[in-house]
This record gives sequence, structure tokens and C-alpha cells, in this order.
Amino acid sequence: MRSTTTSTIKRRDFLRVSALTSGGMLIGINFFSSCKPDAAPAVDISLLNFKDFNAYLRIAEDGYVTIFSPNPEIGQGVKTAMPMILAEELDVEWGKVIVEQGKLNTKDFDRQTAGGSQSIRQSWDTLRQTGATARQMLINAAAEKWGVDPATCTTSKGYILNAKGEKLDYGSVATEAAALEVPENVALKDPKDFTIIGTSAVNVDLDKIVTGKPLFGLDYKRDNMVYASVLRPPAFGQTLIKFDDTAAKAVNGVQQVLQFGDKIAVLASNTWAAFKGKNALQATWSDPADLESTEDHNRILTEILDGNRFDTRRDDGDIDKAFTEADQVLERTYHSPFLPHNCMEPMNFFAHVTEKGVELAGPIQTPESTARRVADLLGRDAADVSVEMTRQGGGFGRRLYSDIPLEAAEISDKSGLPVKVVYTREDDMSAGIYRPSVKYRIKASIKDGTVTGYHLKEAAINGNMYGLIPNFFPAAAIPNFRVSTANFQSKITTGAWRAPYTNFLGFAEQAFFDELAELLGKDPVELRIDLLEQAKNNLDDRIQYSPERMIETIRLVAEKGNWGKPPKGVFQGFAAYYSHNTYVAEVAEVMSKNGKPVVTKIIAAVDCGIVVNPTGARNQVQGGVLDGLGHAMYGDLRFINGKPQSNNFNTYRLIRIQETPQVEVHFVPSEESPTGLGEPGLPPAAAAVANAIKASTGQRVYDIPFFNSLQDIKTPS
Amino acid sequence: MAHFSLKINGETREVDVDQDTPLLWVLRDALNLVGTKYGCGIAQCGACTVHLDGNAVRSCTTTVSMVGQSEITTIEGLSEKGDHPLQKAWKEVDVPQCGYCQAGQIMTAAAFLKQNRTPSREDIRAAMHGNICRCAAYNRIEEAVALAAKNH
Repeated sequence: MRSTTTSTIKRRDFLRVSALTSGGMLIGINFFSSCKPDAAPAVDISLLNFKDFNAYLRIAEDGYVTIFSPNPEIGQGVKTAMPMILAEELDVEWGKVIVEQGKLNTKDFDRQTAGGSQSIRQSWDTLRQTGATARQMLINAAAEKWGVDPATCTTSKGYILNAKGEKLDYGSVATEAAALEVPENVALKDPKDFTIIGTSAVNVDLDKIVTGKPLFGLDYKRDNMVYASVLRPPAFGQTLIKFDDTAAKAVNGVQQVLQFGDKIAVLASNTWAAFKGKNALQATWSDPADLESTEDHNRILTEILDGNRFDTRRDDGDIDKAFTEADQVLERTYHSPFLPHNCMEPMNFFAHVTEKGVELAGPIQTPESTARRVADLLGRDAADVSVEMTRQGGGFGRRLYSDIPLEAAEISDKSGLPVKVVYTREDDMSAGIYRPSVKYRIKASIKDGTVTGYHLKEAAINGNMYGLIPNFFPAAAIPNFRVSTANFQSKITTGAWRAPYTNFLGFAEQAFFDELAELLGKDPVELRIDLLEQAKNNLDDRIQYSPERMIETIRLVAEKGNWGKPPKGVFQGFAAYYSHNTYVAEVAEVMSKNGKPVVTKIIAAVDCGIVVNPTGARNQVQGGVLDGLGHAMYGDLRFINGKPQSNNFNTYRLIRIQETPQVEVHFVPSEESPTGLGEPGLPPAAAAVANAIKASTGQRVYDIPFFNSLQDIKTPS
Repeated sequence: MAHFSLKINGETREVDVDQDTPLLWVLRDALNLVGTKYGCGIAQCGACTVHLDGNAVRSCTTTVSMVGQSEITTIEGLSEKGDHPLQKAWKEVDVPQCGYCQAGQIMTAAAFLKQNRTPSREDIRAAMHGNICRCAAYNRIEEAVALAAKNH
């Protein structure tokens, strides 16, 4: 059944339909107009013309439907899930849908970003409307052919059916449909009638992945392309004084050595020669006195926490009074180090700068802003720059930044050659835009057995939590509540890393609540639910989460994880966190093996609204949970005099399969519009594990990586 | 430069490269077999895993001059139609997220299953421990290897 659900979106503003010269129907889709009200369109929609459409739907005469997926694919599954939403409303068989990465060019496309777990959330309405509109046009074309009222027709799996039992396939009327007026107010399906959404579909690139077909940026090749390896200052804060390239130029295959800024590029006919050439460079670097070390950062962040120069991000009630009148006060400090992203596919990008234009190709989460920045660098018009997006061997936030495309463009511009910059793993890990080191200090007051005050202080390298997070739980749940932030400006480059800010805040906060529950003599799950019940009565416009949805998610994980009833020898830890519009609660199970706590299982419950692709969604949550666990256990990038002390997997530890617990994922049944999953599974994982370690050993961990603390922690024999 | 005649995926391929060139870069740059991936260059991550005479090796630290007359198998040559039991299991379980490390995972598993046709879960985890998956698709890698072993 079609419901009467219609959206406020004006269809003609975001859709344009035309016939294909080869026969069939082409629909352009613009994602600007699908923005939520809180994300105002950056342009006047009425001024858009056809070339401004950023995704396309093609219905060919053979009935095959091609959907050009607009957003970058970094492993988060949107290349599969976004077309599923459209195909659902179009009412075609998923097997007749071909998905291609949108042919990307900033002249024709816009707003194509992978970040913040927003792809599905922000395009849900648009994709549904587009599919439903195309379906209605196909019905109208068939009805005209039959000479019947379109209202008497329906569709099923790529066919239009009429009351007499006749049917026409979509392909046979697609050309005629393209000539019709675009209808307004088409009805959308009742979510109860979904057949594609909610049914698992495998990753659309799976065949290519398991047979080794070229897909990724590193696989991208062009005629006469040269490979460039770049030598940079080894420490953040150093500059280039001089270099000798005699030995580098003697390497077989090396074609050119060129300096740009404080960097030196070696261009060669193959990757290995470029790497060897770079290693043969003899460079002299400056030795400034103010190079930073991890010891300095740790001292400075502690001084910030001990001081009083903070910005206040939220301030409810009277926090000072709450502490003065408290029966008990709990204060704890949590530490997190720098983390590199370590995408499995090392950084790389292709550029070819000519008089005619600038071609860019490779793995990038932000093609639009990258094109603009490259244009600015080269003094070109942004319209001269095209960007082709490859599949990406991980993103994790690292490929939000344009530094590698900029290097490729500059080297191509200086050399006049089509160039692919390829980072070694060592380059990748030591030229990072890292998750910054952070310290949190949390202080809570207890009066008459309830939590009356909560003060969160954050001291971070290079910037702090952005606007929304102070309005997450426990805001509204505790009457006297303050969030204070301060930072230290470092020379070390920092940026977004999967679940920015919440990736560590989730640990600190949820580990703190576990300790608070212990102090109150309450069950940790019950404490969260009691606080969320209180939050229901104190919501204001700024509060970002729904206490009801969080309570339901917590109840689901408590049920599925047998909270409070662990099997013999199993110790449980609980955490729950809302981020990126999605609710996640986790129960971690720890067992003792050889006197050490070992994480054996993590059960996650998730409310992300409607689940578009169940296996894809499960995969995202499993990956997020294990990423949270892995980096909490081992993540630690240290600096001495500005130089990263780890640069490859022999000195930087990532979680491996034998350290991996089973992750069981459950979704809260929902008819709410879907929200993202790339990030939200991660933030609660470290706390669930730390709380289970406490249950198992009696000891709490406050610092990441846990691995260091665990050296001294034993399970009771 | 030196000339090498390599046996790859059942064919003989001729290349002229420096003799210290890792097999990885011969495959990727000289022969355009890009399914074998670069991850770390120091045999720590397994993304570059290929078979030499059926044994899993790290092509990033295996120089072309070490290969000799050994038969090289890459992901492109694991099966003719992409229907090796592991490739089928990978699809059934929907293992990958980003997909970058998966060819190396499959090649490690393929060599392992030849030597152990009835592995336990612990055997699988031990055999796959050298391959890093940054997306942490480990639960599904374990499941797919077990499934392929069952269907072998």
C-alpha cells in the first residue's frame, strides 16, 4: 500500500527528467534540496539548472536501472545502501539494478562528502522521492498507452499493471515517461511494505573485491603516468635547509627530483624506484628549540585541567553550589594519546595539470572542497578542475583532508607530468592529521543518594568539542551541569578521526558513570535509565538526544546480553552512547585467561531508525565496536622532539584477529527515518570493555592504551 | 635492470626490472596485476600476500630475483571464474567493508586451507593473525574461512 505521506520538498526543485538519445529515461537528482531544516541550502535552488544535479537514475529500454551513487565509498556501505532506498520506491527488482560510482566532476556535481555518518540520513527523503516520482511517471506513461486512468494502475518489480491484468515493463515506456510532466505529491510506500529496504544486499563491489579487479586509488593508472614519493621534514616544526639529490638521481627509473616548499619529490617510472630515490636523498633539516614531545603535551594538558582558563559550553543550574552541598564528590581524569588513522590503503592521489584543465583522481572524502583548494593553489578557475573518486581503502576521517591531492597537483604542475603521489606506510603514519591527544576531568556530586552535579572539563591539543556534544547525555539528566573546554595550540597537525571527539569522550563519560554507580551502590544499567527518566522532564531545544530511544536501546542490550546474569567465569561491563544521531548500548564480556582479562564477546544494541541494509548495517557496527576496542587497547602515537615514534605496523599495534571478540549486533525495531552507522558503534566500546575489566579484576583503567595498564593488572586467581 | 621470466597464474610473463624490486611492485606496476595490495612494505600486514608454489608469502619483501622458477599465484589467478570456495564464502558472508585488505586475506586463507582441511576456529584465528583488517571485519573473515573449509 502507498501511504499518503508526502514531504515538503518541491519535486521540481530537485528532480529533472529527460529522455536519453539511446532510448530510456534519465533523472537528475539534486541533494541540496534534501537537506534537513538545520542544514540550510548553500545556494538558491531556483537558480539550479540541469548540470547542477549530483546523482542520476537511468532507466534503459531493456528494463535495467542504473543508479549513479553520488557519495564517496570508504567502506561505510553507502554505494549499496543509497541505491537500495531509491530502488525500493521505484519498485524494481534489486537484481536488475546496476550501481555505479557517480562520474564525478565538480562542474556537474556538488555536496558529495563522506563524513559524520550523514550520507543516509541526509539523502533518505530525496532518494525515496526520486524513486517514487520515477515510478509515477512510468505509470502515467503506461496508462496513456492503455488509455486508462493512472489511478487504476499499480506496479510490481519493474512492471506496470492495469485493472485488466495487462502489464508493461518499465523499459518499454521509459522513453515516453521522460517526456511527461514531473508529478507533484507522489505517495511514498508505507515502511511496512518495504521489500528491498530491510532485506540484506551484499556490497555491490564484492565481485571485484574478491577477484582483485582495479578499484582503489592505488590501482588507478594513466598513460605516461609517473610515480612520486615525497620526503618531508621528519619532525613537526622542522624546515628544509638544503638537500643533495645525486644518489637519488642515480637510482634506475628516477626521472626528476624537485623541491616544493619544505618537501622534495622524487618522480620515477615505477613506485619502487620512487621509494628508493626518496630514501637516497640527503637532506638537512632545521633544528628549532621548540619541537614538541609527548611528555610536554601531557604536562601541558594537566596544567590546563588544573588551571581556570576555560570556555563554558553549557551551564545548567548552579554547579558550584551542588559541589558545596554534596555528601560525596567523585573526580576522575582520563587520558587519550594521539592516534593516526592508518587507512589500509596508504595515502595516494593522481593529478595531471595541463593548460586545458586539472584532472584529479583518487580516494577522497571531500571531492568538492578539494577541487576548490587545488584551483586556489594553482590560480585556476574551480571549473577547470575535475575529480574522479575511486573506491577508498578506508577513510576514518583522514581523507577528509586535501593535503595529498594538493601535493599531487603541485608536483604535476611543476613537472608538467601526469603524476601519482604514493605514500609509504611510514609516510602515511608520520605525515598524519591525527586524532589529537585529549585529557578529560569529570567531577560529580552526590546528595541524598542521587547525582546532583556534573562538571566535564576537556583539555585538548588544537581545538575542542564542537557545538552539539555538550548537549548530549548527561545534559538534561543532571540538574547542575557544566561543560568547560580549553586547548593548547600545537605544531602537530590534527583533525577528525572516526567519531571525532566522542571517540574518547564516550569512554571517559561512560567509564565515569560505572564508577558513579559503584559509589551509589546502584546497578550501572539502572543508574543510566534513572537518569534518562529524569532527562525526559528537562529537555530543551539544544538537547540532541531522545531519552526514550536511549532507554529502549539500553533495555534491548540488557536483554540480549543477559545483563546481570553472566555465565560462570564471565564478567560484564556496560556502556551506552548517543552520537551522529544514532543510539548504541553495549555489553562487553571479559574472561580470565592466564591471569589476564580477555575480551571474549561484545553485544551491541543499536537504534538507527529503519535499517536499510541489515548485513551492511551489522558490518558497520561490528567494525565500529572493534575499532573502538582495538584503539583503546593499543592505540598510542608518541612524539619526541616533534617526530612520531611509530611509523609502521611493527612499532604501532592494530587489533588483529586473535585479539578480536565476537561482536553480536541487535537493532531496535523502528519506523523512524534512518540515521548513520559509520561512527556510532565506536564511542561506547572502550567504556564497556573498561567496565568489564573492572568487574573482572577489581581495577579501573583511566588511560588509553589499556594495554599499558594491563601489564600490572591480574585477574584474581 | 635485469630480465626475468616469471610463471604467474599459469602464464609466463617477461619483465625487465631491477633485481631488488619486490615482487609486489613487479606485479602492480610492471604487469598491471593490481589485486595484490601494498599495505606496509615490511611483511607486517599481509595485504600483499601471494602464493609461491602454493605457499603464502609476502610479496612486499620477496624480491623478484628470489622467485626463480616458482609458480606465482595472485588473487587474479586464484580461480578462473571467481568461484574458489573462499571467494564464494566471502560473498555469502558479505565479509568486506572497504575491501582493500581482502585479497591478501583470501590468499592467506587459501594456502592455509590446503594444509588444514578441517581447521578449528582457533586454527583459523592463528592462521589469519598476520593479516590486518583496519575495518576489523575479523568476525566475518573467521566465519567465511570456516564456511569455505566446510564446503571445500
